Amino acid sequence: MSSLSNSLWVLLLGSLLGLELIGKVPPTLHTPLMSGANAISGITMLASLTLLSQAGGNTALLAIGALSLGFALYNVVGGFLVTDRMLAMFRRR
Amino acid sequence: MNFLSIDLFTDAIDLVAVLLLALGLKGLSKVRSARTANGLAALAMGLAVVGLLIQLQPSPITWLWIAAGSALGGLAGVVTAQRVPMTAMPEVVALFNGCGGMASLLVAVGVALFASQDSGMVELVSIAISVFVGAITFSGSIVAMAKLQGWLDTPAWTQSSLRHAVNIGLALLCLLAAVQIPAHPAGWPLWLLVGASSLLGIGVTLPIGGADMPVVISLLNSYSGVAAAAAGFVVGSQLLIVAGAMVGAAGLILTQVMCTAMNRSLVSVLFGGALGATGGSVGGGGSEAGYTRITSCSPEECAMALEQAERVVFVPGYGLAVAQAQHALRELAKLLEAHGVEVSYAIHPVAGRMPGHMNVLLAEADVPYEQLVEMDLINPEFPRTDVVIVLGANDVVNPDAKSDPSSPLYGMPVLEVDQARQVFVVKRSLGAGYAGIANALFELPQTAMVFGDAKAVLNGLLSELRSLGVGKVAAGAKEKVGV
Repeated sequence: MSSLSNSLWVLLLGSLLGLELIGKVPPTLHTPLMSGANAISGITMLASLTLLSQAGGNTALLAIGALSLGFALYNVVGGFLVTDRMLAMFRRR
Repeated sequence: MNFLSIDLFTDAIDLVAVLLLALGLKGLSKVRSARTANGLAALAMGLAVVGLLIQLQPSPITWLWIAAGSALGGLAGVVTAQRVPMTAMPEVVALFNGCGGMASLLVAVGVALFASQDSGMVELVSIAISVFVGAITFSGSIVAMAKLQGWLDTPAWTQSSLRHAVNIGLALLCLLAAVQIPAHPAGWPLWLLVGASSLLGIGVTLPIGGADMPVVISLLNSYSGVAAAAAGFVVGSQLLIVAGAMVGAAGLILTQVMCTAMNRSLVSVLFGGALGATGGSVGGGGSEAGYTRITSCSPEECAMALEQAERVVFVPGYGLAVAQAQHALRELAKLLEAHGVEVSYAIHPVAGRMPGHMNVLLAEADVPYEQLVEMDLINPEFPRTDVVIVLGANDVVNPDAKSDPSSPLYGMPVLEVDQARQVFVVKRSLGAGYAGIANALFELPQTAMVFGDAKAVLNGLLSELRSLGVGKVAAGAKEKVGV
């Protein structure tokens, strides 16, 4: 019960932080920022890992977990790499 | 004691990870720090995974499945990220995003099916939310991707008010299923929720036109953050909750910023249907109706105007990128500069297919960053510009947006190229742009259309200019048959 209220606090403060972090963004960066934030949202892979480790010997659950991990990691790895590819082009003076 | 210290250690890792994620997100909104920030965020993600693995201490069998999943997803991610052309960026972001939503959906389904007997009310509610948001994110993103790729059209019924009835019906079904989940966690309500939310994602995204799709993708990106936070409640991970909430909120802000840049309200994007697809506007999807005073000219006439000019502004649009003509454009600009012409590029905030996309595409072609001039800075310069060349841009140079209150574009900030002395519009046909409406610019007396593929026209201009003796090639001036 106190863990729920803790989690709700975390949710609230995390949301407020997110609202504050991005104030003014030059249009140049809209595309890379969207793609970078998108990569971060793949953090749901942590949930996939937790699910996998709690699956024990349940093969169906292991398979669902692995599938979910694959999808999440596709988001994370692809997202960060493609963002880096875009941003690398802006680097010259 | 040992156990306690491991917990402390992993907690510390989590805190550092959250800090780095926040710094990464912050840094991504400034040009100077963006690349480092992206790296920081990736590092944070890695740290979070390592910390979690230390805490979980997976068994060998679990490791096997982790390795299998990671290998598949990671490899596919690397390949996609390296292979995708820069022009397809909006689709790829949508695809990645959809997969993130799918991951949250799968976690919730997995827990509901196999572990719900020891779940409390909080977990069950979280499962419902995670399934709902995850499914919408997935199906919506896939539809967005398919529409951007041109695989899906906008069906006529989605432009009638029927779609609202359908979507409200689906939303009610979702609600019904969600309240039944606590009673039968692994039963029919779960599957009903999966099905109805997926259809809702499709139903909401399908009516939205291509021009607004970036806003939708950004919004769906925010949803995938919410889905991740919900998954955090399902598995009881505070790191996941904070990161998901952060991305969800930041995505919402970015969506708002993009809406402002495009002069659209979020409500009209979501519920207004495709811009210009209804009503009596001219054209739409390649129609050539409605134009009466079109002047067309050949590349050589255009080249002669360029040769005389002192100041030239290029207005690149998505058509340029489709034709892969960025490099030819860069070469033309170099040639003109060598001839003493002042060259710049006018960048509309939504040039390309989403805000900032054109900057990426031109940077790829080695166009110097300083020559890309934003709309607010270049608009006052047009009256003293001799020649404007519009390359594959359409709606962003439509003067109706300023002068015609009945135009669907009215109020959108546009590049005021009609102020320039001479305008050449390079275009394959008189087809309409994303907004599906006619462009008054094409009929102005100072405008001439140069019909053709952007790359072919640019190469034509290059050879004409060289034969006029521009640049270092000292070819004799050829006899010209002008008008």
